[in-house]
Amino acid sequence: MINKAGIEQYLYASFGPELKFGRWLIVSKAFTDKLVGDIGALLLDDQVAIVGIGYSGFSPATPSQSYKELIFDAASRAYAECSVNPRKDVGSFVCCEEDLWEGTSITDEYAPDQLGAAQRTLCTLSQDGLNGVATAYMHIKSGVASIAVVESHSKLSNVLSQSQVREFALEPYYERPILSDGIPVAAMQMRRFMHDYKVAEEDIAQVVSKNKKNGLFNQRSSYAADVSVEQAMRSPFVWNPLRRIQVAPPADGCVVAVLASAEKARSMTEQPVWIKGIGWNSASTSAESAVSSEALYAKEAAKMAYKIAGVDSPGSYFDFAEVDDTYAFKELQHAEALGIADMGVSKGNTQADAPVPINMSGGSLSLGDLVEAMGLVRLLEAVQRLRNAERKRSKGLKRALVQSWRGIPSSSGAVAVLGVE
Amino acid sequence: MRKVAVIGAGMTKFRHRMLETGRELSFEASRAALDSARMDIKNVDSVVLGSAPDAFDGLHMKGEYLLDGAGGSGKPYTRVYVGGGTGVFIPAAAWWHVASGVSDVVLAVGEEKMSPLQPHPQYAFWSIFDQFLERPLGVTLLWIFSLEMRRYMSVYGIKEEDIALVAVKNKGNAMDHPSAQLPMRITVDDVMKSEPICTPVKRLDVSPTSDGAAALVLASEDVARKYTDDPVWITGVGWNVDTTFWTNRDLCYPEYVEKAAMMAYKMAGISNPRKEIDFAEVYDPFDYKELHHMEGLQLAKRGEAPKMTREGITQRDGDLPINPSGGLLGVGNPIAAAGVMKVAELFWQLRGEAGRRQVKKPVHRGLAQAWGDLMQVGTVVIMER
Amino acid sequence: MGRSHAGRNRGDYGEVMGMENPSEPQGTALTPDEWRGKEIFFRNFHTKFTYSWDTGVAIGHFLEALKAGKIVGRSCSGCNRVLVPPRMFCELCFRPTDDWIDVLDTGVVNTFSISYVNNDASRREQPLFVAVINIDGASPGMGFLHLLGEVDAEQIHVGMKVRAKWKPAHERTGAITDISYFKPSEEL
Ligand SMILES: [Zn+2]
Repeated sequence: MINKAGIEQYLYASFGPELKFGRWLIVSKAFTDKLVGDIGALLLDDQVAIVGIGYSGFSPATPSQSYKELIFDAASRAYAECSVNPRKDVGSFVCCEEDLWEGTSITDEYAPDQLGAAQRTLCTLSQDGLNGVATAYMHIKSGVASIAVVESHSKLSNVLSQSQVREFALEPYYERPILSDGIPVAAMQMRRFMHDYKVAEEDIAQVVSKNKKNGLFNQRSSYAADVSVEQAMRSPFVWNPLRRIQVAPPADGCVVAVLASAEKARSMTEQPVWIKGIGWNSASTSAESAVSSEALYAKEAAKMAYKIAGVDSPGSYFDFAEVDDTYAFKELQHAEALGIADMGVSKGNTQADAPVPINMSGGSLSLGDLVEAMGLVRLLEAVQRLRNAERKRSKGLKRALVQSWRGIPSSSGAVAVLGVE
Repeated sequence: MRKVAVIGAGMTKFRHRMLETGRELSFEASRAALDSARMDIKNVDSVVLGSAPDAFDGLHMKGEYLLDGAGGSGKPYTRVYVGGGTGVFIPAAAWWHVASGVSDVVLAVGEEKMSPLQPHPQYAFWSIFDQFLERPLGVTLLWIFSLEMRRYMSVYGIKEEDIALVAVKNKGNAMDHPSAQLPMRITVDDVMKSEPICTPVKRLDVSPTSDGAAALVLASEDVARKYTDDPVWITGVGWNVDTTFWTNRDLCYPEYVEKAAMMAYKMAGISNPRKEIDFAEVYDPFDYKELHHMEGLQLAKRGEAPKMTREGITQRDGDLPINPSGGLLGVGNPIAAAGVMKVAELFWQLRGEAGRRQVKKPVHRGLAQAWGDLMQVGTVVIMER
Repeated sequence: MGRSHAGRNRGDYGEVMGMENPSEPQGTALTPDEWRGKEIFFRNFHTKFTYSWDTGVAIGHFLEALKAGKIVGRSCSGCNRVLVPPRMFCELCFRPTDDWIDVLDTGVVNTFSISYVNNDASRREQPLFVAVINIDGASPGMGFLHLLGEVDAEQIHVGMKVRAKWKPAHERTGAITDISYFKPSEEL
């Protein structure tokens, strides 16, 4: 464990009372070398890697499989990638799901079997999948597990009352009597954001066009299309200024990720993707804050993750980013909060040749909205891209930023810093 | 793994129906816990909240709604969820925030407001069952408890009167709890004559539905020592989930509770729990569950918890006090808050602050346990002073 | 609000709720009269959620078999079990299961209850008999939840042998309720 107490403990164990002699320590070269080597090893040991990732679905509907069968499929693939036997090797399973999206109360009851987690250490978070990664990360860091599994899925095709479910998330006393869906909150947020940051309709249409086109190169995208900026601007309004094409349509799918301590990771895969930093944050939930033009949750989550990863200037640190674009304007707002594009640059930054290209996968606008699984979907896209780049020995892509948001009416999100070095 | 202490605890009253919203209840409990730790919200690095089904409060993404009340605004905030096991799991989750080095101070909050759901909170439990195999039969939560209670009784030859002793004890213990919803002096006869709900379960075998909240403050060793001379340490946490197919398991014994306990015992270095645990807050939404869980926790041999109860061993002045707080049967059962209440009781008992509830023998190690889902989840926390 | 908030006095740490000298815990209990009457404001909200759950392969086949008047399970050659209800993967072995197996429509009562309440907690006029039934032909302990019928409360016991009472073929829809209930299969 690397923290102040850990290092002090280590120094004391190594040198004993000599440390107490005074302010100055006179030590031999061998001594300092040993110190540096040991602390280096400790630092390395402290890392957590993604060693396997599997998925299933990625379709507007998946009628041939139950959610359990969908999860079994994704889990089998993730375990196969890193030769893990879930019945023996895994120290912790973390599932991320919400009751109402499943249509089942206490939906964690139905989580264990298809992951191989019956009678094992499994827990559920009512959070996005990237929060699950943060929890698995803490399980590894605290010694609960050396291998941990994170799962999240979407069976939105089975939810016929999606609008009612979103309504059910609104504050019951003073919001629900006025609004009957969460989408108008997004529209109001968009208006305020465009106003404060002087963002034009074209800028947002640009995001739509870029992500829809990027998706054409991704087998997992259900909603990719060759859409021009002009076409995007002709899409009808859902709630003015929000246009239909700017809203990610629902999709089904499941992603399962396997995380491991550094010690385990190296023997499990040739291509570990390291979690260099992770952070999560919630701003306030009141309607007033939900229409704030700044994505404070993303800003604070990034601050936490960057601190752990030692990222000073995100704009030059990252090679690419997978950023929440559930509503097209959110990509710009999140990029700003993450410090990978100030508003003046963001328009250009959304291009593939930009310093930090955003959503080369196509994002939610192409892949669809997989609700709580969305953080893991973005993680999957980043991991695959980092691994592919490494396999092709292309030098460009070594550090990725992944960010997720829990959707209206939340102001909760998570950020992960990934690297292959 | 860093050492983790509990340095503050607080709770609201538990009542059938309360004026305060879930946010307000969360706030009251959080504020009370922070006050008892002599801390302010600005000292808190991250927040863990637990609450059972969204259907009770009538809110999707209930964790997001409760955020402000639980002091989570502007902080890393996580809602954990393992059904009825959530309450004891909340401090376990807060524990890993500190043990991993990610946070130094964590606020752990359990909230439940069951009363909004009409016509009765029980209705929410219909939707916990399998949509193809069970819901079409009109199933209620009470069925599966009565099925489990019957199985437990029939395998070990246990009488309803023996089980009723638990309700008598816990409702009696709750007479000394300032938050208690159902403190009562009753007799075995009262339990036996109470209205049958789902035989063998009768009215007085069951805990009530409740509104309420409870909270704890956890801290790393260096912080804890700054704020108190009297920290109580969390030395073991454990959790485990069994298969969803509850009709494929023998309900007479909770293997998942055993496995959760073993995880916690191993962490705490405990090899003989019956000797090394001084007292326990065992999950008791129904009276038979206390007995069932004592056996799963290895605090009693299989089928022998009723005998220990009969002999008075589990009374406050006994050799192994169980549920000195009054438990869910006496204090009330706002699900996630009730589990946090149990861990708070460990805190107060270990510090000798439980007042009239203080157990007679000196105690330095206690265990709290909760259970949930389809008779499927075990969660365990061990605390020491 | 009809009632003022319970008073509080904070600021001095000594006065807060230490359980040693318990001051009154926060929270305002409502009496039944208060919440049934007009003293407190309420906001009522009704909603209905509609789902259309994919049965998937395992349960889909199980329901199809019920419609045809039989019960099916799945075998797992990893642990040599016949699984009822069926699943496409074995939770113990974490591998795909192997074959469909016809099991019998008879079984043994594993445990039972007599329910006097509905699922909204209202009282029933007639009690309902519910049981976990271990199905013959499946591995030991493999069963599912169902109802009991054509039996008196006093006659039901753990270990009682039962047989499915099927709905007439034309009334069956491919649902668990295609079996009306299980009834004793032997003279009681
Ligand atoms: Zn098997």
